[in-house]
Amino acid sequence: MTEQELDPLRKEILGQVSKAESRDQLEQVRVSALGRKGQVTQLMKTLGTLEAEARRAAGAALNRLKDEVEAAITAAADKLMHKDIERRLAGERVDVTLPVEIGGEGRVHPISQTTDELTAIFGEMGFKIAEGPHIEDDFYNFTALNIPPEHPARQEMDTFYLTEKRDGSRKVLRTHTSPVQIRTMLAEKPPIRIIVPGRTFRSDHDATHSPMFHQVEGLVIDRSTHMGHLKGCLIEFCRAFFEMDDLPVRFRPSYFPFTEPSAEVDIGCSREGGGLKIGPGADWLEILGSGMVHPKVLENCNIDPAIYQGFAFGMGIERIAMLKYGIPDLRAFYESDLRWLRHYGFQSLEVPSMVAGLQR
Amino acid sequence: MKLTLGWLKTHLATTASLEEIVRTLVMLGLEVESVEDRAKDLAPFTVARVISAEPHPQADRLKVCRVQTTQGEVQVVCGAPNARTGMLGVFAPVGSVIPRTKLLLKETQIRGVASRGMLCSEYEMGLSEDHEGIIDLPQGEIGQPFAAVLGLDDPVLDVKVTPNRADCLGVRGIARDLAAAGLGTLRPLDTSPVPGKFPAPTAVHLAGPDDKACLLYVSRLIRGLKNGPSPRWMQDRLKAIGLRPISALVDITNFLTFDANRPLHAFDFGKLKGDLAVRGARPGEMILALNGKSYELDSEVTVIADNDGVQGLGGVIGSETSGCTETTTSVLLEAALFDPVRTASTGRRLGIQSDARYRFERGLDPEMAVPGVELATRLILEICGGEPSEVAIAGAVPTWQRHYFLRSERAHTLGGVEVPADEQQRILETLGFGVSTREGGFSVAPPSWRPDIVGEADLVEEVLRVHGYDNIPVVPMTRDTPLPRQALSLGQRRAAIVRRALAARGLVEAVTFSFLPKAQAELFGGGAKELTLVNPISADLDVMRPSLLPNLATAAQKNLDRGLGDLALFELGPQYKDDTPEGQSSVAAGVRMGATGPRYWRDGGRPVDAFIAKADALSALAAAGAPVENLQISKDVPAWYHPGRSGTLRLGANALAHFGELHPGVQQALGAKQAIAAFEVHLDAVPVPRARPTKARSLLQLSPYQPVQRDFAFVVDKDLAAETLLKAARNADKTLVTGVRLFDVYEGKGLPEGKKSLAIEVTLQPQDATLTDAALEGLSKKLVEQVEKATGGMLRS
Repeated sequence: MTEQELDPLRKEILGQVSKAESRDQLEQVRVSALGRKGQVTQLMKTLGTLEAEARRAAGAALNRLKDEVEAAITAAADKLMHKDIERRLAGERVDVTLPVEIGGEGRVHPISQTTDELTAIFGEMGFKIAEGPHIEDDFYNFTALNIPPEHPARQEMDTFYLTEKRDGSRKVLRTHTSPVQIRTMLAEKPPIRIIVPGRTFRSDHDATHSPMFHQVEGLVIDRSTHMGHLKGCLIEFCRAFFEMDDLPVRFRPSYFPFTEPSAEVDIGCSREGGGLKIGPGADWLEILGSGMVHPKVLENCNIDPAIYQGFAFGMGIERIAMLKYGIPDLRAFYESDLRWLRHYGFQSLEVPSMVAGLQR
Repeated sequence: MKLTLGWLKTHLATTASLEEIVRTLVMLGLEVESVEDRAKDLAPFTVARVISAEPHPQADRLKVCRVQTTQGEVQVVCGAPNARTGMLGVFAPVGSVIPRTKLLLKETQIRGVASRGMLCSEYEMGLSEDHEGIIDLPQGEIGQPFAAVLGLDDPVLDVKVTPNRADCLGVRGIARDLAAAGLGTLRPLDTSPVPGKFPAPTAVHLAGPDDKACLLYVSRLIRGLKNGPSPRWMQDRLKAIGLRPISALVDITNFLTFDANRPLHAFDFGKLKGDLAVRGARPGEMILALNGKSYELDSEVTVIADNDGVQGLGGVIGSETSGCTETTTSVLLEAALFDPVRTASTGRRLGIQSDARYRFERGLDPEMAVPGVELATRLILEICGGEPSEVAIAGAVPTWQRHYFLRSERAHTLGGVEVPADEQQRILETLGFGVSTREGGFSVAPPSWRPDIVGEADLVEEVLRVHGYDNIPVVPMTRDTPLPRQALSLGQRRAAIVRRALAARGLVEAVTFSFLPKAQAELFGGGAKELTLVNPISADLDVMRPSLLPNLATAAQKNLDRGLGDLALFELGPQYKDDTPEGQSSVAAGVRMGATGPRYWRDGGRPVDAFIAKADALSALAAAGAPVENLQISKDVPAWYHPGRSGTLRLGANALAHFGELHPGVQQALGAKQAIAAFEVHLDAVPVPRARPTKARSLLQLSPYQPVQRDFAFVVDKDLAAETLLKAARNADKTLVTGVRLFDVYEGKGLPEGKKSLAIEVTLQPQDATLTDAALEGLSKKLVEQVEKATGGMLRS
């Protein structure tokens, strides 16, 4: 059996393969050619009757034929499978323009987000977060902070008072976060480096005042921190928070009963064209109060002012949030209007970090 | 504190520009809140002469004026009745903008006659409400800005004086600071005694040397004077700072209050009877004060009284009965030292704010009383004439002298800037401090007008603010450690994660007030007296909140009113059990109203119920690190929950969270018109994890064998808690059973009355070998037996 002698059979089988229209038909072709009783198999069985040399030649020719047929069947099967898929796909359709729900309706309040930003920034500078009670004793809110009862600053603070007790004492709602300075200094030994974000209360309610608002307090106590550090710390903060490396920051003398020397801090802004724009410009905007902790305050906390010193600062969280995010009205922060919360709120996973960035 | 530039320059010899002065004041700590430069706004409006004013040919009430201006003759049609030939008026040229109306002036025809400009009224210039006639200037040169003619060309500065700088409540104090900053020199002030012509006739009796209410009372009579209007320069200055000129005597005392920071009082001597006593008011005593109001007084109020009764409230206000009028011919001048605290409390309790009170309560220069009287005497003699008595002094100037040591290195070690010792000395001396050099620093004596200086730190501030805060070099804040340490406490960190977990579940964070109406507090177990505000901002914000839910429910309803019905709000914040620090706790609470989500073409939102609230609570607890798989659920809940549709998540006695529908009664009382699903998670109750030596997790053991799932359904009593069944199934084989999931709850057709069917999918995870059919069969049997035993139910066939 030579190649020539096998040619008609090859043509016949390959013809059947190419004509097969389904996987079943193709299987029939395979069986009739390569099955146990198939044409090629039958011919293989006759090889034993041949002379050794003729057997070798015929065996090789038959093997080639078998390989060729197998390859043709595999190729034809592949083709048929693709045809099947195409037929199926022709009927499988969805309207991908249908809207889907992706969730993410939840929001984090701008006050929380801003507090997290403050934490991220001051945390990098080695500050820890401290907290304290909102219902305070006169001592922590005023006296220990060098604000005696007759002090004019005390009258200007619009304090909320709680009902007087039988013993004549009455608690106040803290008018600032500063009492946490006192509590921290009484409880811990220097060095101290804290910020205190939290609720504060003043009996004032108009377009620019809310009876409850949030402040963040800062306190650094050690042996050597001075006004130069105060400037360094707060300039760095302002530029990081407003994400503006060239933000002008100005310190000017001021007065707070619990700091001496005291400084008010302004940032640069422009009011050209009626709007307010933070950044280099012709104007200044007051954003926080600061100063070196008053020696009397240290004494009130059993810290020796001959050894220790440091600075404190405080600012309104809503105020800096309003400035950064262009939120126009203070009162809206507490009105829980979903439209406002969705518009000015933040995505749940938008966690501020100095490394990853304060915002997306 | 308002002052004009011209006024300032009467105390400060300077060539500095207004801008320079403003900048320096700000950097000295005297914040300039505004500068009103009226001359600038009024510059286009100049003096003009009306050459002729003829009747308008077409209109009776109009006049056609020929006006001589700096640009030549101009024709103007004018409706003012007082327009007349020869008068000097204020001319607004075409192209100028009228200050009051902000209208651009254009050339126009009025009833057929051309008008090229305008003669202006005080109203149009923004000076007053008078628009009856045009401004009739007394003098002036054609073309000169009229503001200068009317004394309006002096810029007005409004300086915000901090409470410690009482000395800057006078123009002179501000001038002194500027001089120290190198912006000129302080002009001398003549306070030398004016010789008295006769003995002071009125004796003044003080309560006693130990009574601090009034330590010093200086008085002087000036008789034979004539009261009338004060001079133009004085009126201009008073008007510029917003005071109404009244008469020379009143104006002089007002002027010195602002000029020298020395409040004075001038009694009409003719109306006083007998001696004066400075004492506490007697019960029932009254005063008709200069502000026209009557006040009833008590012993806390310091009064100045004569034989007829109260003639003044010390340091606060004078009496109408002894006040100066146009007919006054003799005055008794008073310059006293009233106690700041008493003055403040008197003013506060009677509700009287006055320029005198403002100064007394901040602390006046004790050495300025006598000079103040001399300054006033000079002005009165100059303006009103008359003859002064000798000065009578009751009491004495209290001791104010003291000194502090200032280490010269403190400017650097506290202030952060090296200031040469001689510069420190110069600054302090220019500010009026006495400075003597000592080893390592100075002995510094503050001047009498600086009661705020009480120690070294104050002196450092004085040096620094004059030297300039701008000159303090910036030093970066370095950490003690190369990397920052954890800034948040465990509780703070948990709160932060819970907040973002709830937001990730689709809840929107709100921040609501810590107070609420008492009636609402009471619904939530609050409203105690100790948590009630004495001075709430309004009656519905008068009690500290015992729970976060009332405010959230109110907010939910407000949103529903806006048409935003399907909502999920949460808050993470404080609630208050009592007034101690421990009574304040941190809670994550939330409310849902309407549906759990919007309508959707597939599976839309379901109506909110106890289960969505349970899911919220559990996810918050999981985020807080609570062992949620070990929690028990009990049915005891606070009274504000629906008793049958709520639960408590607890670890033994420790209740971590409540969830469920709000009690319909409470919901209604809160004004909410729809059912509310609510939860409260007590973050402070979540246990602190045990400290472990390593952060390593337990080793993960993965079985190579396939898990097998088997479904079972049991018919149980309707009231059976599903948890009982699930627990029994889990406990059937603690190693093999790795999961039990309840996938169907069925009641109704095909089941006996009072029964329900619970279907579970049990996951069996073989550990050592594939499960044989026999093993599987055995386990299933055991599970069914145990569940049936625990629940009293039966496998559903």
